[in-house]
Amino acid sequence: MPVTQDEAIRLGHGSGGVMMQHLLRDVVFPHIANQWTSQGHDSATLAIGNSKVVFTTDSFVVSPLFFPGGDIGELAVYGTVNDLAMSGARPLYLSCSLILEEGLSLSVLERVMQSMARAAAVTGVQLVTGDTKVVERGKGDGLFINTSGIGLIEHSLEIAPQRIDSGDSIILSGDVGRHGMAIMASREGLEFEMPLASDCAPLQSPVLELLAAGVEVHCLRDLTRGGLATALVELAESSGRELAVQEAAVPVTESVQGACELLGLDPFYVANEGRFVAFVPREQAALALAALAKNPLTRGSAVIGNVTEGTHAQVILQNSLGSERLLDRLPGEMLPRIC
Amino acid sequence: MKAERWQLDISGLVQGVGFRPHVLRLAREFGLTGWVANNSQGVQVEIQGPGATLGSFVQRIRQERPPLSRIDALQISKLSLQEEGAFSIRQSDDHCERKNAAATLLPDLAPCEACLREMTDPGDRRFQYPFTNCTHCGPRFSIVEQLPYDRANTSMKAFPMCSECEREYRDTGDRRFHAEPNACGTCGPKLQLLDRQGKSIVTGRGAITETAAAILDGAIVAMKSVGGFQLLTDATNAKAVRRLRQRKQRPAKPLALLYPDLETLRKDCRLNRLEQSLLLNQARPIVLLAARRNPGNRITAEVAPGNPNLGAMLPCSGLHHLLMAAVNTPLVATSGNLAGEPICTDNAEALERLNHIADYFLVHDRAIVRPLDDSVARVLRGQRVLLRRARGYAPLPISIAGGSAGGLHLLATGGDLKNTVAASCGEQVFVSQHIGDLQSRRSRALFEQSITDLGQYYRLKPDHILCDQHPGYASTRWATEHALPHKMIQHHVAHFFSVMAEHNYRGRALGICWDGTGYGETEGSKVAGSDLSVEIRGSEFLTWDGAGKVERTGALRPFPLVGGERAIREPRRCAAGLLYTAMGTGAFGHPALRNLFLPEELRVIEQMLRRQVNTPACSSAGRLFDAVAALLGLATENTFEGQAAMAVEFSARESSRRGHFPFTMERQEGLLRVDWQPMLVELLHELEQGVAPADIAAAFQNTLVEMIVTTATEASCKQVFLSGGVFQNRILTETAAEALEARGFVVHCHRDFPPNDGGIALGQIYYAHAMGICDRSAEEGATQCV
Ligand SMILES: [Fe+3]
Ligand SMILES: [Mg+2]
Ligand SMILES: [Zn+2]
Ligand SMILES: [Zn+2]
Repeated sequence: MPVTQDEAIRLGHGSGGVMMQHLLRDVVFPHIANQWTSQGHDSATLAIGNSKVVFTTDSFVVSPLFFPGGDIGELAVYGTVNDLAMSGARPLYLSCSLILEEGLSLSVLERVMQSMARAAAVTGVQLVTGDTKVVERGKGDGLFINTSGIGLIEHSLEIAPQRIDSGDSIILSGDVGRHGMAIMASREGLEFEMPLASDCAPLQSPVLELLAAGVEVHCLRDLTRGGLATALVELAESSGRELAVQEAAVPVTESVQGACELLGLDPFYVANEGRFVAFVPREQAALALAALAKNPLTRGSAVIGNVTEGTHAQVILQNSLGSERLLDRLPGEMLPRIC
Repeated sequence: MKAERWQLDISGLVQGVGFRPHVLRLAREFGLTGWVANNSQGVQVEIQGPGATLGSFVQRIRQERPPLSRIDALQISKLSLQEEGAFSIRQSDDHCERKNAAATLLPDLAPCEACLREMTDPGDRRFQYPFTNCTHCGPRFSIVEQLPYDRANTSMKAFPMCSECEREYRDTGDRRFHAEPNACGTCGPKLQLLDRQGKSIVTGRGAITETAAAILDGAIVAMKSVGGFQLLTDATNAKAVRRLRQRKQRPAKPLALLYPDLETLRKDCRLNRLEQSLLLNQARPIVLLAARRNPGNRITAEVAPGNPNLGAMLPCSGLHHLLMAAVNTPLVATSGNLAGEPICTDNAEALERLNHIADYFLVHDRAIVRPLDDSVARVLRGQRVLLRRARGYAPLPISIAGGSAGGLHLLATGGDLKNTVAASCGEQVFVSQHIGDLQSRRSRALFEQSITDLGQYYRLKPDHILCDQHPGYASTRWATEHALPHKMIQHHVAHFFSVMAEHNYRGRALGICWDGTGYGETEGSKVAGSDLSVEIRGSEFLTWDGAGKVERTGALRPFPLVGGERAIREPRRCAAGLLYTAMGTGAFGHPALRNLFLPEELRVIEQMLRRQVNTPACSSAGRLFDAVAALLGLATENTFEGQAAMAVEFSARESSRRGHFPFTMERQEGLLRVDWQPMLVELLHELEQGVAPADIAAAFQNTLVEMIVTTATEASCKQVFLSGGVFQNRILTETAAEALEARGFVVHCHRDFPPNDGGIALGQIYYAHAMGICDRSAEEGATQCV
């Protein structure tokens, strides 16, 4: 749906689906079109002097602030670090901008800041600058955080969607859907039989290890809003390639599967915060898997599919019987289609 | 008498039906000169002779048409005289006018009597040749690559005719004069039986004997039929049918039957005269029939579990006739596809994709140009209605009188399930064959191919695209991302107009469109019980004022669909949404719900409903059927569309109960909301009292009829049109129509196009025509149809 002038922002515009795609395409990008925004990447690579610097930013609005497996502070550091890592950069410095709602308990803020400090230490980044604003009661969800980050590229590869090539193997770094389900369960008070914890994790070390092992990585993408499916559809579109994924090869834990079935959600579209996909030349897939297996965060890595010779920019999901369906972006909200 | 020269432009079903030889014979009979040729508009004739004789000639052409032909228009214009000595048939002229889109293409038709006689005559050169055909029968749409319809433009171009066939093809007096797919055992396509590795076991006639033996031995054979592969197995062998179900992962959906002849079919099914003629129609659809209940019925229950109907058909090609003569027993004949995909058409593709299903592959070397599923029909209210329109019917156009759309070409992308696409030019609407569910990659490719084909065959250059409103439909996305202007048409408005199109009706009307799911947005206000202004509709009462305004006048009270699409697979979720709407959290203590869920499941369901987590509002009659099916213990799962609703229908047939449950109606912002709550209360009460499910199911259906009649009376509009998948339910449709007619309404149902979403594309076109949406003929760049 093209965005029309009289339309107002709806929640669906932030879901990572078609609505958001069109919002960016029709309202945002036309005003800031340049060589960097046109790349369809999560960060910009800037040549400064002799260095290649990667720059990115991310805002964190999550409810609840604390959830099984993580909290907003950890997310705010890992989210930006992960965006930098997806260019194969070594993350170095982060900013931290806080938007606080009147009435937020100081002890909550204290806990979030401790968590941010811990996450920064784990990932080896420094929080070097920041800003604090307070908004009136009811005008914020307790606490919003924005972080921006810069990192340095220390390799000579170009890691970008445009590098995706037919024959590439698609590697997924672990099971999908845990973050989104954990958040939803704790926000909505859903009691599932099996516990759900977020997959929130920093990804810079497995990525740097992958590069250190000599894998000629073509593209990396962390899975966030919209989950695995949306990330793959975006990559298919920005690379103009056809991707084929084997449904059975994508790890989904029993607890996520069970919760998704009860809620009627598709785990392939549920958010993650510590997972990525890597596109590598087929002959290097084994090397890449071996490197990833050494890191506890990516021990569950698997080849889930490949880039085909096809000329349609689309993602094909193959089931065990060989039937093939196409993965699409969600329109905004999940709505039943069946008649 | 003075000589004249006339040009005749004849359109309609005039190609590939022996029309040119017919013209030639007549011309010679009258001693006239000139020529006849096919062009992309139909047939063109130039005829010269005494003026009066020309008049009688034209009259004879109108009167003595070849059996399969149909003349839609015959235009005469005068030319100047030419020097010529005879009348001839000209090869199709490639330079001819190709702008017009009125040329028609015929569907594939079962062998005619004359061809069948040759195939069974040991003295005939086509004895037992499976690909026998003539101008009165044989493959058409399945072999056409482009127009005009000439052998060189079909997949028969790969088979140069032998001298005998060539002679028939050239002989104006022969039944096979210009029969484009003409063939014989010497020059035509050949049969081959393959094992699963693709190794040839036997070729020619032996392939049929071997296949028959394998089937009688319990094997599953994938056979290359007219429009794609069919999976065949012995319908009297429970083990074989069960194996087919397992391999195809199709646990419960009824399977179609293929009978050797009418006599054998009659042993298992009850037929009226209309059903019989439908079975014998050259289109050879699958016909839904009432199964006989006598113990002599040999068909295994695995074929259609819990279903009092059987879908049966008779042989639709020479190959089918020969095979059925060899097995001489009913077979299961189901589409050779993987769930949700179009049927396989290519030998290599079938070998690969059906490898885990079939034990053998009976193939031939004539390429199938496009997949055409078996069509499905049934008789409702004493009239034939197509439930799936494909082989034998597609691509016959429908003309909508008075249709114009300002001379623009329109393209409609239909809905996402049971998809068809359509295009129109002037009065003609061309609707594609059944394409299927657009979630699958192959269906999506076929969807795009069909759009391209429509444009190419009929020389259409769409000016506008029409599509559904559902933002998640691939058909909608295709339309909105296309460079041409598009117009979204609400799902049930399209349903309404699809049935009006069939009756060429334009006046004031009430549309009752009941189905499973259709996207609808409510302007401004949010739907009761939801945080969205979007409603999954499916119980629409729409009025059309005959002049340009459609209004939503009534619908069922909405209820939440717990888990969105998941609720469509699990009818019990519909029950939960219904009970929660009626009694709030008290629903979760109700035994009717506690019986349907585990306690830990119910805890989550409760929380989802309270917090509105993935619980879109729904006012669908189909989902109401699902809820009732769950509450009555008739269905726990919808493994195929309409399974639970069918269980309710079939259960209700067991009861003769006449009464209905109470219900109320309330006007909300101009919309009449029909409240099912009093019905639910009564239904639960009876359930507690131990009333038989069949009696409750019957009262439920009677209640729906009463709701329809009461709402129609409120709307006070005499002409009533029924559409939507729910009106595939025979009892509901027939009782509702009867009750409406008893109160003076005139009821119109579908005939040539399905009540389900297969009709959406046609409805989108008709709506655009009726509304004059695209009626700005002065618009820049508009393609004018001539
Ligand atoms: Fe529908
Ligand atoms: Mg980001
Ligand atoms: Zn014939
Ligand atoms: Zn021959």
